[in-house]
Amino acid sequence: MKPGLNTGVTPKNGADLLVEALVKEGVDTVFGYPGGAVLPIYDAIYRAGNAFTHILGRHEQGTIHAAEGYARVSRKPGVVFATSGPGATNLVTGIADAMMDSLPLVVFTGQVATGVIGTDAFQEADVMGITTPITKHNYQVQTITDLPRIVKEAFHIATTGRPGPVVVDIPKDISAEISSDVEFDTSFDLPGYQPTLKPNPLQIKKLADSLTKSKKPILLAGAGVLHGKASNRLLEFVEKFQLPVTTTLLGLGSFPGSHQNHLGMAGMHGTFTSNMALYECDLLINIGARFDDRLTGNLQHFAPNATVAHIDIDPAEIGKNITTHIPIVSDANEALKQLLSLASETPDHEQWWELLGRYQDEYPLWYNNPKESMIGQWVLETVHEVTKGEAIVTTDVGQHQMWAAQYYTLEKPDRWVTSGGLGTMGFGFPSAIGAQLAKPDDLVVAIVGDGGFQMTFQELSILQERNLPVKVIIVNNQALGMVRQWQEKFYEERYSESLFAIQPDFVKLADSYSIRGVKIETQADFEAQLPELMAYDGPVVIDCRVLQQENVYPMIAPGKGLHEMIGVKP
Amino acid sequence: MKRIITATVQNRSGVLNRVTGLLQRRQFNIESISVGQTETPGISKMTLVVEVEDNQKLEQLTKQLNKQIDVLKVSDITDKAIVARELALIKVVSSSQLRNEIQGIIEPFRASIIDVSKDSLSIQVTGKPEKIEALIELLRPYGIKELARTGLTAFLRGQQPQVTEFTPYSLLK
Repeated sequence: MKPGLNTGVTPKNGADLLVEALVKEGVDTVFGYPGGAVLPIYDAIYRAGNAFTHILGRHEQGTIHAAEGYARVSRKPGVVFATSGPGATNLVTGIADAMMDSLPLVVFTGQVATGVIGTDAFQEADVMGITTPITKHNYQVQTITDLPRIVKEAFHIATTGRPGPVVVDIPKDISAEISSDVEFDTSFDLPGYQPTLKPNPLQIKKLADSLTKSKKPILLAGAGVLHGKASNRLLEFVEKFQLPVTTTLLGLGSFPGSHQNHLGMAGMHGTFTSNMALYECDLLINIGARFDDRLTGNLQHFAPNATVAHIDIDPAEIGKNITTHIPIVSDANEALKQLLSLASETPDHEQWWELLGRYQDEYPLWYNNPKESMIGQWVLETVHEVTKGEAIVTTDVGQHQMWAAQYYTLEKPDRWVTSGGLGTMGFGFPSAIGAQLAKPDDLVVAIVGDGGFQMTFQELSILQERNLPVKVIIVNNQALGMVRQWQEKFYEERYSESLFAIQPDFVKLADSYSIRGVKIETQADFEAQLPELMAYDGPVVIDCRVLQQENVYPMIAPGKGLHEMIGVKP
Repeated sequence: MKRIITATVQNRSGVLNRVTGLLQRRQFNIESISVGQTETPGISKMTLVVEVEDNQKLEQLTKQLNKQIDVLKVSDITDKAIVARELALIKVVSSSQLRNEIQGIIEPFRASIIDVSKDSLSIQVTGKPEKIEALIELLRPYGIKELARTGLTAFLRGQQPQVTEFTPYSLLK
């Protein structure tokens, strides 16, 4: 008997068809949480035995963030199950997060039976209505015969073009319906969905021409480079034309961080050099970034003198925030390939490089290191040193996230998992679980804040259950650090509800899950213990006590332009 | 500026919700929207009249609509040669003495009386939105009891003028 295809059961019900469809999609890991309306599906999963690994979360939010982490590093769709009503609504944050950061998810929600839909039945929620604005597409299965096709379409839509989440809502009676003669028909036709993958040659020519003419070019690499698996091609392109490169938060790792052409991250907490380069450039080539306001700052001052070329697979992103002179709708890899074949003359950017070099020398990232106590920047720099920059790093949202972006220099793609667009606290830890499941042999480090960790730490159960050696580093300043920073800077130090008076004992917490927990309060202890902790064969929770009043610099204050950074120098 | 946008869509449940929800969350103001089936089974056509600030917003509107999986085609037909019509039903207060007078008013509009009661008349009128506005204004003094409009529906004329001789024409300005 072929594993996964529950041939022992005839006739099949809707849930069996679903399991079969997932196996046909090559799904090996799913993340879920059972409940009333999804019980027929869980029964089918049980009967299918080893069809795929099911990871039982402890809250649907953690469950879906784990699937996001899995999707981000495996480049495969994350598959999620939840029950109707509260199960489905608990997924909403993760669905919105995946939508903002273009992560491929296929989410199956149980729904009450078709006969009672619309009656406010027990555990009924309007999943279609709720998820329509935060999904790439969604479906409610109306008949069992549609099920195989819908699953096929859902995977196709989630993973092609600009990736994104797709929700499939399955009423209980349809998953329970027994049908002996459903033809497993997965042929589909989506005339309204035809992503453009190849660039318009005329626009590529225009960009190639602009490149030869430009005196001060800059290349901005976004997550689209990662989704398009275009990192190698990007490196080739940059080296051929000796272009300066900056990356968005989500684009980190798309270009080697320590490469001499890399100016660092751009945006609100980006490097001075990157932001000045964006401000002063005469040609901006954006590949796969959506000109988020955290990147651009005040739009008036964003690349004011530049010819803007924007390569994006989603036409709606081009011209959305920034006037674009050379629009190129294309897959990143394909666009770079054609550009490489076309442009040949290497222009001389000596003066430009000289200026950028001066910025880099004069205004590097900085922090004051108080040797007697730990601060976040130092912690991240030390983690980078000890792990040689080779770990898969997931983060929560806040100060530690920005410090990780600044000080954990990534050399390779798909090793950076963070919530960019939605800025979701609680993301960092569960996404590390998904990342570790996707890459069992890699070192996965979850950098979390004490605030965000407390939102989803119930998923520690999974580390224990699955024996996942995730290393959790809590950058613990006993505050909502970024909130505290903004209150200090822009609300005259009125720390309204941002300082925690009470903290759990994170070591005991870890211990209660039978996980090793360590509390570290000094630099000496951290330096002494970190190599062993990183090499430890099993999960660890490291509670790093850092100074509360440390801020993330440099910074673009709200409403200010790229050239108006504060905290550029000590 | 007011624009007339048509969208060809798959006739599936929730598509209207998708489109209106999309426009709402991106802060586009819909003046009217009308939907109905087309000559092809399973395919419907929407006509939207929207108020947009500038061309950039307009471009964003059409691109976002196009992104929807169930949307097959989006066209801004405002500046094309088009036929555009709206239907309105107007119930006017009218005693039997006034019936002839009202009949006289609506006749030039090629509107017709479709229901009569002791104290009211129901009038049906089809045409460009301006024409309907004009008739409503004429009838207002009599007392409008009820008014229902379908919103604009439109498509391209069978033949478009040659681009070189084409002067932009818009019935909505």
